[in-house]
Amino acid sequence: MTEAKRSLVVVSAGLGQPSSTRLLTDRLAAATERHLLEAGLEPATEVVELREHAQDLMNHLLTGFPSPSLQAAIDAVLSADGLIAATPIFSASYSSLFKMFFDVIERDGLAGTPVLVAATGGTARHSLALDHAMRPLFAYLNASVVPTGVYAASEDWGGPGGATEGRLVTRIDRAGRELALAMTLREPHARPDPYANPVPFEQLLRGTSTPE
Amino acid sequence: MQFGIFTVGDVTTDPTTGLTPTDAERVQAMVTIALKAEEVGLDVFATGEHHNPPFVPSSPTTMLGYIAAKTERLVLSTATTLITTNDPVKIAEDYAMLQHLADGRVDLMMGRGNMGPVYPWFGQDLRNGIPLAYEHYALLHRLWREDVVDWQGQFRTALTGFTSTPRPLDGVPPFVWHGSIRSPEIAEQAAYYGDGFFHNNIFWPKEHVQRMVGLYRERFEHYGHGPADQAIVGLGGHVFMRADSQAAVREFRPYFNEAPVYGGGPSLEDYMAQTPLTVGSPQQVIDRTLAFRDLVGDYQRQLFLVDHAGLPLPVVLEQIEMLGELVVPVLRREFAIGRPAHIPDAPLHPRVKAAARPTDDTSPTSTTATAEPVPA
Repeated sequence: MTEAKRSLVVVSAGLGQPSSTRLLTDRLAAATERHLLEAGLEPATEVVELREHAQDLMNHLLTGFPSPSLQAAIDAVLSADGLIAATPIFSASYSSLFKMFFDVIERDGLAGTPVLVAATGGTARHSLALDHAMRPLFAYLNASVVPTGVYAASEDWGGPGGATEGRLVTRIDRAGRELALAMTLREPHARPDPYANPVPFEQLLRGTSTPE
Repeated sequence: MQFGIFTVGDVTTDPTTGLTPTDAERVQAMVTIALKAEEVGLDVFATGEHHNPPFVPSSPTTMLGYIAAKTERLVLSTATTLITTNDPVKIAEDYAMLQHLADGRVDLMMGRGNMGPVYPWFGQDLRNGIPLAYEHYALLHRLWREDVVDWQGQFRTALTGFTSTPRPLDGVPPFVWHGSIRSPEIAEQAAYYGDGFFHNNIFWPKEHVQRMVGLYRERFEHYGHGPADQAIVGLGGHVFMRADSQAAVREFRPYFNEAPVYGGGPSLEDYMAQTPLTVGSPQQVIDRTLAFRDLVGDYQRQLFLVDHAGLPLPVVLEQIEMLGELVVPVLRREFAIGRPAHIPDAPLHPRVKAAARPTDDTSPTSTTATAEPVPA
């Protein structure tokens, strides 16, 4: 049974309570869970609301280490089988709170992790921020971003073609299916412990396993 | 067990007065701190090494040589010696010379340094930090043990028929510690050579300390230097004391709030909960320090940081007096209780060992510090 389990972690940088970003991630998580279940996998979903860690993130930048609760959130993200990362778009890019969190994620911690990028904004004019800001960030982190990103503007939540009937729902479902598929194709993620199985010193000295 | 002081040598404005010491005042303050450490019966003084403002100690062996001439018992050490940007040949020569001048009262601690621009100033590259630490130390290790060295490496001019002089005092190289906060490769390096491992144990949560020391002990045994509990471990600690703990918090808070490393970040209370910083009464410092043993096992060296964040020299000297009079005698006694006989002391040069008074750890009654006048 444990082999069929997949951890899905949602990182939401929404600031309002409730926030439209969280509203979007809830829909994305539900779509992903549905497709995981269809593939015979059991999703275990955890939500990280960055607002709750805002002070601790700044403290981490200043002191170089996370508080215990921020450490728990980082650990959850680093051991995720799949990640949904969502932010409001501020000044043409992800919010500073969102960036702060990924600034304290270790360089290769998300290598190979399937990621669904999502964003919210007042108008659809900022939707390319998904592609010009979020994708490069996760490319730097060597994460594996699924093809469909989901941007929700205010207008997407109502009216013709809104959340209930039209394109947003379709995109959410497609993105959730892509993330679930990527998670299905990947072995359950075991986070390496840097203190276990140390590289023997003779090997380190020969430079065969030194960091670049 | 050894107790002492380690200093970063930062020049920091006192936030309560706005006064900034001159380089001259800071250098003299470091010397005064070292002399006070000997006066109150502490065992070790260790200076940092930095090559950029706002730090003054760029030339540790010059400072330690001067202190050696002014002291009789104090072991002189570093925290840390930059094994990455210093030429290992010069380290071998400088510390061997210091060993002779200090009659063996010398050991040193290797560290990488972490500020990018310092590396190119010395012809190196931060990205090579760990390989530099390996290669330079491998050469240093040979220079102190082999009279004539042929050597070729990646980062330094090759040596053919080179002899580092003076040779180590009585043929015994200075004992080496390796310091690292969270690079398992350095714990591995310390274990490989059977050298000591020091965790600065300040500014960081105790989990780092526990994992690093645990790995070092395990690998020390793996490399055949003895059982894990006989590995040589040192820890730092960061304290500020007043007889009344509320007074300590009141006095230290403005320094904490503006300190270079953590100022503007978490509250003093959160920081004390999350790192080994102890601001309070001498008894609180004793309790917190004794708990370090639960974290890393019986260990060999405890150094305290007391002169950080712009604290004025008279206050720092009071802190050292409190350590010498109220804290360390109790720590010596308490750490000796339940310490198995097979746990070694930190290695000392045979000359120092011969001159030492009866071991503190086994004769608790003799441990009360006797104030010795500082030679003028």
